[in-house]
Amino acid sequence: MDENVEKERLRKEVAQLRREAALERMKVSQCCADLRDYVLQNAANDPLVQGIPDDKNPYKEIKGGCVMF
Amino acid sequence: MCDQTFLVNVFGSCDKCFKQRALRPVFKKSQQLSYCSVCAEIMATDGLHENETLATLKSEAESLKGKLEEERAKLHDVELHQVAERVEALGQFVMKTRRTLKGHGNKVLCMDWCKDKRRIVSSSQDGKVIVWDSFTTNKEHAVTMPCTWVMACAYAPSGCAIACGGLDNKCSVYPLTFDKNESMAAKKKSVAMHTNYLSACSFTNSDMQILTASGDGTCALWDVESGQLLQSFHGHGADVLCLDLAPSETGNTFVSGGCDKKSMVWDMRSGQCVQAFETHESDVNSVRYYPSGDAFASGSDDATCRLYDLRADREVAIYSKESIIFGASSVDFSLSGRLLFAGYNDYTINVWDVLKGARVSILFGHENRVSTLRVSPDGTAFCSGSWDHTLRVWA
Repeated sequence: MDENVEKERLRKEVAQLRREAALERMKVSQCCADLRDYVLQNAANDPLVQGIPDDKNPYKEIKGGCVMF
Repeated sequence: MCDQTFLVNVFGSCDKCFKQRALRPVFKKSQQLSYCSVCAEIMATDGLHENETLATLKSEAESLKGKLEEERAKLHDVELHQVAERVEALGQFVMKTRRTLKGHGNKVLCMDWCKDKRRIVSSSQDGKVIVWDSFTTNKEHAVTMPCTWVMACAYAPSGCAIACGGLDNKCSVYPLTFDKNESMAAKKKSVAMHTNYLSACSFTNSDMQILTASGDGTCALWDVESGQLLQSFHGHGADVLCLDLAPSETGNTFVSGGCDKKSMVWDMRSGQCVQAFETHESDVNSVRYYPSGDAFASGSDDATCRLYDLRADREVAIYSKESIIFGASSVDFSLSGRLLFAGYNDYTINVWDVLKGARVSILFGHENRVSTLRVSPDGTAFCSGSWDHTLRVWA
């Protein structure tokens, strides 16, 4: 019985590995270039990278009085 | 934003059955063909039911694993930080705790942002789930779960409901009401049922479906209204600890990480694992897609964070230092993907330059393990939750 369970598990593993082996892959240099380009295109709009001036930061310290949004 | 490349289809005539279907590329003995999904599946399971013995199956598995490694290595022509050499280095970062959310009676285990960019839901070991306004630090809603260790919580895209679960093995949805006469607990709806603890949950693009991950080793997709199981995902060899949905409007893949050290990418429609990565040396605690959808990062108990590119089908960067020896519990990217924020079990948050692989900042403040971390939807801040019972908003 144990052998059949093990065989079934291996069949699933082999089927999955065959699916993965059939994938089309791209070169790392091309993929990394795309990652880098995406960042460069979007970095200007990234508040955590650019920093936010205090008057625009919704989280600046509340110095008494009311907070206007 | 790109759709996951392997699942975007070309329409045409299948090279095997010649029927007009959606096609995917398939490699047979180094030749590239276009098969429809039916023929591709037949190819995967071809010959697996006749005449095979334990020995032939094992040897085919070994040879396929070897072939996969070979194929992945062939394309490894450069490192990410080399490609990013000419990119300007980041300046000094001054990130401070801007708000501290106090109110939980025990360890904060999970948190999520609302799409309105200011509300936060958090869950704790003491069984409480709280909805906060992060600008004012006011608690807007609170509900007590019938179990302790509420390990997962999520905000619905509409902002009108939250989902949570943990040791009760379930995922429950609570509609948020401002009516003081209505008790939140009365409207609770049990959606998901697993056979072990719920470790992560997330709404898909709408309030109608929830994706869950569990200690029972599976992930599952549920219909919220009926509680029906729509799809289940089997493949992890141990507890699944985290999941993240691909950031595409069409949203049909997600990535999960588990105690089997693997990260797996799944097709939500078929339930099949599309790609699997096993380079971490310990449990994968957190996975998060890169904003473009072409890559994802993972944080692990092996004290490293790693970046995997889906089109190259391999790990392309590792974020680690000899001085960092405690596990990373939670990771998230800034809006552009330039920064990776990671919370660690040594109470700190490290900020990594994704492209150059270097650490740009280390943030102190929490007095116990950082257990959860998410960047706000508009990228203006990020929130961390900790075993020190508090949440902190940093900007």
